Amino acid sequence: MPAQSTDFQTLSRRYTADKPLRAFIRKALGGYYQKRDENKSNFQDWQGARDLAAEIKYEAVNHLEDYLLEFEAKITARGAKVFWAPDAEAARNYILQVAKENGVRAIIKSKTMTSEEIHLNHALEKEGFGVIESDLGEYIVQLREEPPFHLVFPAMHLTRGQISELFEEKLGSEPTDEPEKLTMIARDVMRSKYCEADMGISGANFAVAETGMISITENEGNARLTTSLPRIHVALLGIEKVLPHLEDLSLFLPMLATAGAGQTMTCYNTMYGGPRQPGEPDGPEQMHVVLLDNRRTELLADAEQRDALGCIRCGACLNVCPIFKNIGGYSYGTTYGGPIGSVITPHLRGLKDWKHLSAASSLCGACTEACPVKIDLHHHLLQNRRNGVKASPSPFEKLTYGGFSVMMGHPLLYRFAIKIGRFFQPLHDLVNGTFLDPLRAWTSSRKLPKLASTSFQEQWKKERGGEK
Amino acid sequence: MRISLFVPCFIDQLYPNVAWSVVRVLEGLGHEVIFPQGQSCCGQPPFNSGYWDEARSAALVTMRAFRDAEVVVGPSGSCVTMIKVFYPDLFKGQPEELEARELAAKTHEFSSFLVNVLGISDVGAKFEGKVTFHDGCHGLRELGIKKEPRVLLEKVKGLELIEMNEAETCCGFGGTFAVKFATISTAMDEVKCASILETGVNTVVSNDSSCLMQIRGMLEKEGSKVRGLHLAEILASR
Amino acid sequence: MNDGRSLILKRIREALRDNPAPHPHTSHSQVEAETHTGGHPQRDWLPKVGETVSEQIDLFSTISAGLKTEVHRVANLAAARERFLALSKENGWKKIGSHQHTDVDFLLTGCTLPIVRTDLGYTISDLESCDVGLTACEVLVAQTGGILVSVESSGGRALSVLPPHHVVIARTSQMVPDLTASFQHVKNKYGNNFPSFMSFITGPSRTGDIERILVLGAHGPKRLSVLLVDQE
Repeated sequence: MPAQSTDFQTLSRRYTADKPLRAFIRKALGGYYQKRDENKSNFQDWQGARDLAAEIKYEAVNHLEDYLLEFEAKITARGAKVFWAPDAEAARNYILQVAKENGVRAIIKSKTMTSEEIHLNHALEKEGFGVIESDLGEYIVQLREEPPFHLVFPAMHLTRGQISELFEEKLGSEPTDEPEKLTMIARDVMRSKYCEADMGISGANFAVAETGMISITENEGNARLTTSLPRIHVALLGIEKVLPHLEDLSLFLPMLATAGAGQTMTCYNTMYGGPRQPGEPDGPEQMHVVLLDNRRTELLADAEQRDALGCIRCGACLNVCPIFKNIGGYSYGTTYGGPIGSVITPHLRGLKDWKHLSAASSLCGACTEACPVKIDLHHHLLQNRRNGVKASPSPFEKLTYGGFSVMMGHPLLYRFAIKIGRFFQPLHDLVNGTFLDPLRAWTSSRKLPKLASTSFQEQWKKERGGEK
Repeated sequence: MRISLFVPCFIDQLYPNVAWSVVRVLEGLGHEVIFPQGQSCCGQPPFNSGYWDEARSAALVTMRAFRDAEVVVGPSGSCVTMIKVFYPDLFKGQPEELEARELAAKTHEFSSFLVNVLGISDVGAKFEGKVTFHDGCHGLRELGIKKEPRVLLEKVKGLELIEMNEAETCCGFGGTFAVKFATISTAMDEVKCASILETGVNTVVSNDSSCLMQIRGMLEKEGSKVRGLHLAEILASR
Repeated sequence: MNDGRSLILKRIREALRDNPAPHPHTSHSQVEAETHTGGHPQRDWLPKVGETVSEQIDLFSTISAGLKTEVHRVANLAAARERFLALSKENGWKKIGSHQHTDVDFLLTGCTLPIVRTDLGYTISDLESCDVGLTACEVLVAQTGGILVSVESSGGRALSVLPPHHVVIARTSQMVPDLTASFQHVKNKYGNNFPSFMSFITGPSRTGDIERILVLGAHGPKRLSVLLVDQE
């Protein structure tokens, strides 16, 4: 069993035992559900919007080359540099090179999960560059030296008390239990950082092919500052982020806001089409767009699951997933958690080591229902399981299910097996709940039902004779 | 109508009364119920775990049993989903593909059959008490069953339905998931049971016995007086 | 240089060659929607917007109230200037950030406070110490309660986000129904020569990162005011 799978079991056990944290997360999400539903009901037809969004992403992903080339041509014509990074190392090296060549000393970042994916901060810090996260949630987890807990809400798991203690310790601030005061502490810290930074690193939610623009969605304004004040702007994004037309944003921006945060629109949705142009009063002198593959093309090659590349990273699937809500973001042990993470991580990081994430689901389908672009998430989990078995079946399971299929393939055997089960039930009663109990996983928290003394098949035969 | 009864393996073994309730309701409505011999398991456990070859062996038995059926009805959202939604996938490109599609088309979950095929909402049932309804995930999201059980429960004399907050939240059973990831499954069960207890009802009803097994398992372990009944059992009570 | 580019393009080609993905299951006809809306199917699904400017202004105002955007309706520019001066006094402004624009210039005539004009070259610390940033805008968006700013309409990238209070001078004739119309406006105005920056501002800066509790003024302006001049 891969280490990642054992880690998952350990971490998830730890988090499910933390009842206060689970309750805290549920409470945090309660407000989101309400606002999300309000905003959904404002749509004339949310399902129609989902259908259109799915179609647009289908078009974009299935003609990826054309749209990427169009995007590159348009944005380079405005003076931006586009770097195609086949993997994480190439992306890191390019960004490091840009920083070194331009005498960069201070780097400020806005929120980008893609930079988490390629472990960018660590690489920059190792080379002596100071990197500060400007998004409040990201700043908080950066100070705690933790990864983000959730795709969209990095510090979702922390109470205001914990954040206050953190600021007291790291910033020497006064204790407070007011979220507003805590936010202002972070704001004050950032003001000088924006002004001092030579390089701003951002992600991008979308890349518009038609007009050669990237689009960044945020609420705080930190991304706008990150991309306006420093003299160099580096935007890092996965190749799958491309959209065909500018007008597509008129659908995606409201949907991202509704599904992701329960808002009509997030506060700032900004389109960047190059570095500062002649005649413009401000803006970065250089703009670099790093297009990252990092095995996304492997997911692209899987036609059955290709729609997962349509993900707009809204986090809606995490917000409705009962597994996520009970095990938290850290249990996944990888950048992308929740249902989307469980679907794509086997493709991005290897099936053998990561298929357990696809197994850790009851397949309830809430994720698929929530996804604004209609990714068939829970069925992809099933497909990953099948693919995992094809690639490397577990000998024990193969034997068990082999036996199962023989038994179920012959109804006589099935009926016989149940008679044996009934015979052994009293023996099981003796060990029920003890360390000898082979069904301990169930019986430690739930009562086991008893086999009926006669099955329905037997009863029917007795009462009715044959088929009728 | 000649209705062929599909009895999932765990109902056969653990909850035969649920199957008898279906028989009583359908025969009470004047239909003929046939119970084809030779049923075993729809094949969901190996299928869910990714062992599709092994799942096919079991599925073939089910397909054979219902080959001559006009219409197939089963009291389980998850097993009916296996047939209706997944058999076509399971047998894609196989010689049995057409037969799988045909079986999928003629198979129905019990509450959906009553409301959408027979057009019935009142089966003449009587059940005193306050109940809440748990929506089994497969039935809800794969088969689109939401209003049908409620339409039926509304007509049950003496019954008061109180919706719980987490009606649509997964109970945590998920087949082998319940054992492979027992702590997560238990945590989900806790959330579900807490939501049930919040309503103050004395009975939780569902159209999926596997969910009921999970929910009852915890309620009984905790010593709760709340009992769990399958929708069919409610509809069969007089 | 950038053989990463050829490698990625090769991977994409190979991934997609003779390897079609199943079409998404959709139940809503986008073709019908497209015909029905003159090529903008999203208009059939997104929230409805009234057809008249008056309905749109109402919608904009209602949403703004929820967002805490302060909308001041005034009869003309002179009244807008009075309101601006009143705000200045109320809030004790000491320094104003602005840019060259007829309406902005009008509002600032006779203003005795120091003004930082971004179009005349500025230092970050100059702008950072402004109490307010006064800008024009491209359009107002009824459907979302949004304000579209751009380099050209709003004095660059930083003016509308760095000072703690952003004041927008706009006319009712700038009201458009939705984002689709905003993009059309931008295309009509700029052709292919877009500004390098444009942003939909929807309310004052905010965050919910601490216990999902709403706090205004995270990094961008804590206050957003719109002086909306009646003009057909």
